[in-house]
Formats: sequence, structure tokens, C-alpha cells
Amino acid sequence: MALALAPLEEHPFLRGLSPAQVKAIACEVREESFPAGALLLREGDEARTLFLLRTGRVSLELNIPGQGPRQLESLKGGDILGLSWLFPPYRWHLDARAVEPVEVFALDAACLRGPSPEHPVLEPALAMRLVRQLYERLERVRMQRLDLYKGGA
Amino acid sequence: MSTGALSTAQPMAPVPLRVRSLRRESADTFTVSLDVSGRPGGFPFQPGQFNMLYALGVGEVPISISGDPGRPGELLHTIRVVGSVTEALRRVGRGGWMGVRGPYGRPWPLEEARGLDVVVVAGGLGLAPLRSVILHLLRHREAYGRVSLLVGARSPEGLLYRRELARWGKDPRLKVLITVDQAGPEWKEHVGVVPALLRDMALDASRTVALMCGPEVMMRFTVRELERLGVPDTRIHLSLERNMKCAVGFCGHCQLVPFFVCKDGPVLPYDRLRPFLHVREV
Repeated sequence: MALALAPLEEHPFLRGLSPAQVKAIACEVREESFPAGALLLREGDEARTLFLLRTGRVSLELNIPGQGPRQLESLKGGDILGLSWLFPPYRWHLDARAVEPVEVFALDAACLRGPSPEHPVLEPALAMRLVRQLYERLERVRMQRLDLYKGGA
Repeated sequence: MSTGALSTAQPMAPVPLRVRSLRRESADTFTVSLDVSGRPGGFPFQPGQFNMLYALGVGEVPISISGDPGRPGELLHTIRVVGSVTEALRRVGRGGWMGVRGPYGRPWPLEEARGLDVVVVAGGLGLAPLRSVILHLLRHREAYGRVSLLVGARSPEGLLYRRELARWGKDPRLKVLITVDQAGPEWKEHVGVVPALLRDMALDASRTVALMCGPEVMMRFTVRELERLGVPDTRIHLSLERNMKCAVGFCGHCQLVPFFVCKDGPVLPYDRLRPFLHVREV
């Protein structure tokens, strides 16, 4: 028997928020599946979704002319994917490809970023969670840039 | 600590051993097998110990023993070419001679770890001194709880022991997670830093011991993640690399405040290391 996937409010990114906060953040949410090899987002396309990964693994890729795609980081169930909807011009900066079958919650960015009559500001609880995700990702990128494994006897 | 497999009466005198074979691991790294068939009992060692390898007429370097402690008839070292001595060691072909002193150093606390879950964390060449740990754990598998191996490398091509890693990855007695800093589209494992792999682990911090070897920055970040997960610092063990020259605590080149890394280490628990790892210019 397949295990039931956790509901939206139990995703690590949203865990601990009140029902009202979850409702405000996820006013439009879809459950989506991607087979291995499928692109969840493509560089240059319009960025209008925050993905909450539920299961599976996704690779962030950058296509380098003459070299082809390079994998930059893996994300997995419990992580979030896609932040380019936060700022103009709202275009994805990377590709994201399912390395294995992936299940996601896809949240409509229009609910997230405001301002709108219904959502005048970015929800503070959401903002803090996004900052934390960005900070952790920044730390990982710094470590990768150090090229730690280059030397040593 | 030394088990005294070679002469303890003349601790600075290397013993010549013939090279049985050389195997290329990556572009700059190779594994050398030294012939100890003429020695009664072979070359016993404990996982985590190292030898001083002498390239005749060039110099000496400390190199971890990467072989199977259950097979003392085979003496293996994995060496990365980073300077004139290691380059000279690479040039010693099959049938040539290397000088050997050892084994030296405090080993991994595998007796203390009995009955516990063991998380082995290796970065880059740090997998070499941990290979002997994995082989020991597999040989005595029933004595330990869950065993996990987390490996980080610069790229898929930079991974050591690739065939063995693939075999271990299929072994149900062992959970293997591998990550690289960058990869092409054909790579199906993780991409990113080693500490991020710990997020995939359902660790029971109350019964976990962590054994770690790799670049010191990687270890510092990994320790932080282990502490966040609740693993006590008395059960986090690091293997350090310092400028080891005499290997027996005489010369002081490898001194890290109160420790001689060659004699008190290279494996030390984090609760003893903590005050010194973040101090600059020690």
C-alpha cells in the first residue's frame, strides 16, 4: 500500500503556520507530478509558481553554451523550488529537472508576492521563511565555491 | 599510539618495502600496494592510522592506510600528488622501493561505537582513511546499528574507489549517499555540499557516532549540522591533517595547542577539539 503524502500544512516550509496564514499563502495551490527527466521550470520562462517538493529529487541546472547542462545543486522532498517570482522580471534563471519522479505542491505566486487588494503585503511569516531558505542556500553556495576538495595530500 | 608493526627501537628508520602494484584512482590520485608478504603477520594496523612513506632521496610524507584491517597481508595507501614527494612516490613503479615507518596515530574509536549507529562522513581524499573503517564495519556488521556513508567530492571524476562505492551502494547493510560540487546531466546522485546530505538521514542522535575526515572547513560545517541534529560532541570524531614530520611527537611540527596531531591524533573527539578548531593562527 502506498504511503499517503503529507498534506500541505505539514510541508516543512509551512509547518507551524496558523491555518489562516497557510490559507493566505496558498490561496491557489495545485498538486502536480513530474516523471524522471521532466523539467519543472525552464530558464527564461515566466516565473509564477513556488514549488514545495513533497517527494523525489530535482536538479538545478544551468546550460552552458558549448558545454551543455551542468548540475549545480540537488533539491529534494521537504525543500522549496523557485524564487524568481519574487522580483521583476519574473523569469526563471535556471532549469529544474526531475532526477526521479517528483510530487509537488505548486503555489500561485500571485497569492504570495502582493500587493493586491486581497494580499496587500508579503506575509511576514512567509518572508522570514524565504529569507531562511535563501540564507541556507547562500551558505551552501559559499562552501561549493571554496572548491574544498582540490588540494590535500 | 603505535602498534609497533615496524621497528620501535629506531622510530625514525624507514623499512624498505617493494611496490606490488599501483592503481590510478583519479587524474591526480593513485593507490599503491606494498609487498609485506615477507613479514610474519603481514602489517597489522588499526583503521585511522597512518604511515610515513619515504620516496628514496626525496622526502617523507604521512599517508593514511586505506586497506582492510582484517587483511594485514595487504598494505594499501591512497596518495594524491600535491608536491615533489608525492610525485616521486608516483614515479616509483611496480617492483620499486618505498621506505615505510609506522603505523602511527590514534585510530577511529570503533570499539566505543559498538552497538551504536555509525555515520561515516568523507570529503575528497578523506575517504581513504575511512575506507578501512567501512571494511571493518562490514566485516563486523552485527556489532553495530545502522551504518551510513556520506561522501563528497569535487566532481564524479574526482571520486575515489568508484567501483567499490557502486558496490557498497547496492549493499543493504550500508546506506551510501554521494554528492559532488558540480556534475553533468548524466550524474544521478546528489549535487551540493556534504552537510546537506545529513538532512536526508533519519538520525537517532541519542545512539549515533559520527566519524569524519575531509577538508577542515567541510568538517566544521558538518559538525554544526550534526550538533543541530543533537549528536553529542563527545561522539563526533574528526581525523585531522597537520604538518607531520617525525610522527612520534618529537619535532612539534604538527602541534595543535595541547595536541601533537601525529601522536594524540590524527583522530580526536570534537569535544576536545572544539576550542581550537575555530581559533586562527594556532
